[in-house]
Amino acid sequence: MSDHTAISDAGGASVGVVAPCMARFDEPVRLKSGAVLEHYELVYETYGALNAARSNAVLICHALSGHHHVAGRYADQPDNIGWWDNMVGPGKPIDTERFFVVGVNNLGGCHGSTGPSSIDPATGRPYGARFPVVTVEDWVETQARLAERLGIARFAAIMGGSLGGMQALQWAIARPEQVGHAIPIAAAPKLTAQNIAFNDVARQAILTDPDFHGGNFYAHGVVPQRGLRLARMLGHITYLSDDSMAEKFGRELRTGTYNFGYDVEFEIESYLRYQGDKFAGYFDANTYLLMTKALDYFDPALPFGGDLSRALAGAQAAFLVLAFTSDWRFSPGRSLDIVKALLDNNLDVSYAEITSPHGHDSFLMEDEHYHELIRTYLQNIPL
Amino acid sequence: MTEPILSRNASLERSDFAAIAAWVRPGARVLDLGCGDGGLLRYLKETRNAHGYGVDISDDNILACVRNRVNVLQSDLETGLSSFESDSFDCVILSQTLQAMRNTERIVAEILRVGREGIVSFPNFGYWRHRLQVFAGRMPVSETLSYQWYDTPNVHLCTIKDFEAFCREHGARILERRVLSGGRGVEWLPNLLGELAVFRFDRG
Repeated sequence: MSDHTAISDAGGASVGVVAPCMARFDEPVRLKSGAVLEHYELVYETYGALNAARSNAVLICHALSGHHHVAGRYADQPDNIGWWDNMVGPGKPIDTERFFVVGVNNLGGCHGSTGPSSIDPATGRPYGARFPVVTVEDWVETQARLAERLGIARFAAIMGGSLGGMQALQWAIARPEQVGHAIPIAAAPKLTAQNIAFNDVARQAILTDPDFHGGNFYAHGVVPQRGLRLARMLGHITYLSDDSMAEKFGRELRTGTYNFGYDVEFEIESYLRYQGDKFAGYFDANTYLLMTKALDYFDPALPFGGDLSRALAGAQAAFLVLAFTSDWRFSPGRSLDIVKALLDNNLDVSYAEITSPHGHDSFLMEDEHYHELIRTYLQNIPL
Repeated sequence: MTEPILSRNASLERSDFAAIAAWVRPGARVLDLGCGDGGLLRYLKETRNAHGYGVDISDDNILACVRNRVNVLQSDLETGLSSFESDSFDCVILSQTLQAMRNTERIVAEILRVGREGIVSFPNFGYWRHRLQVFAGRMPVSETLSYQWYDTPNVHLCTIKDFEAFCREHGARILERRVLSGGRGVEWLPNLLGELAVFRFDRG
């Protein structure tokens, strides 16, 4: 969920220079909310080559602030490295010599796919507040349409961290015959009340920013930067662990002394403000609202009286479920809820609880054991 | 439970595997507690077409199981088997792990709850070589008990007779017993001549 783009030196190479592609869809999509989008575009990237049998595709689903730029760099922006570059590439855990890897910016995003900041063809102005609420189910539906466009009838694996893991789970439920393996990482079958609470505070920060203008800030030539910044600062705290923050920042002071004021004094304040400012500089406030709502609404067990085992009754995929010891936002217990439902259905599943100090952000970090598990699991998938 | 419980001598391991596999029905749903590198599960998958899950706590073993293409769940057996429904397995196996469990009574109760049958194997402390070493005034060290007293993970060693008494007292009905020594079956004076015991039991 953060902007960590650790570059791997631990084996494997970069996919090198990549370029995004655009797919336009003119067949209307009816969303879970009932709203209909007549046309939409999805921006995506691919790495590696689809084999003749079309059996080696891996879909990477992104989290709250992620996008389609999963690996590699752009020719004109050599510093813009994909968010999971340490995981995806030739010889890396998701080996692009073997797999055809697809990254897609989800509907409602702000990195090129149709979203609130896109121009509504009906009005010639940005959708803004009129952009419909999208859900994990809607993303799976639109990702499936992209897969069809790419000639992929079935994915060898679908994976992602956090909200991305929820999409992998939803794929296994909604389109069981199209998923060979599902790898939800640091995910959950639904958010807890505490998690929804964090999301709502983040939303309130945006919604109450005077520059938000009910979501139509584009017309006013402003961005609700204060709100976005606060939302990101809050989120960032929850993606780290107490221990990792203590180790990284402790009580370090920027000037070494108290200034008895409200300017930046502690290093952690400096870090959070920097992260908040950076994020507010490029992320769309409406997309942030949408993504947090998609998180909150996700609950595939709901139509089954809260019984996740029944929700997964039709699933066929084999699962690798991964969680991190220090992740308190998506704790190992929530991953175990998924594991239990898979066990109840006699599905193949392996579960690892990876020791890591980095909290929820662990899924983005380079860790030998974590990477080796994914590498080994993927290598064993027959193509 | 964090390290390999015993140095699993290859022939000893295979004899253990074969004895266990003989009791697993083809296509059975099995749970292997303390599954190590997943070798037994792989063996059961290949020879009995069993659908199995392993449980282990060590990172290295989890990775080894993934490499062996067997299902494995990382968990501490000492905290129980709460992820598993009652009666959800045909067979729950505890292979050469019993003696390293702190809470022996709880794990056996959990095996009986989760599985229709349990299979437990353990090194026989009553084996004559062990007795001889104790008689000579030293803690036994052998192929099946390969640790020194100060570094052993084994906290609850028992003899075949001890385990049979334990089963009687804890509502476990013994269905079958195999006693092995050097990979061969032992019929005569098993508590003295057996190195390794394998029991099959249920709730009675």
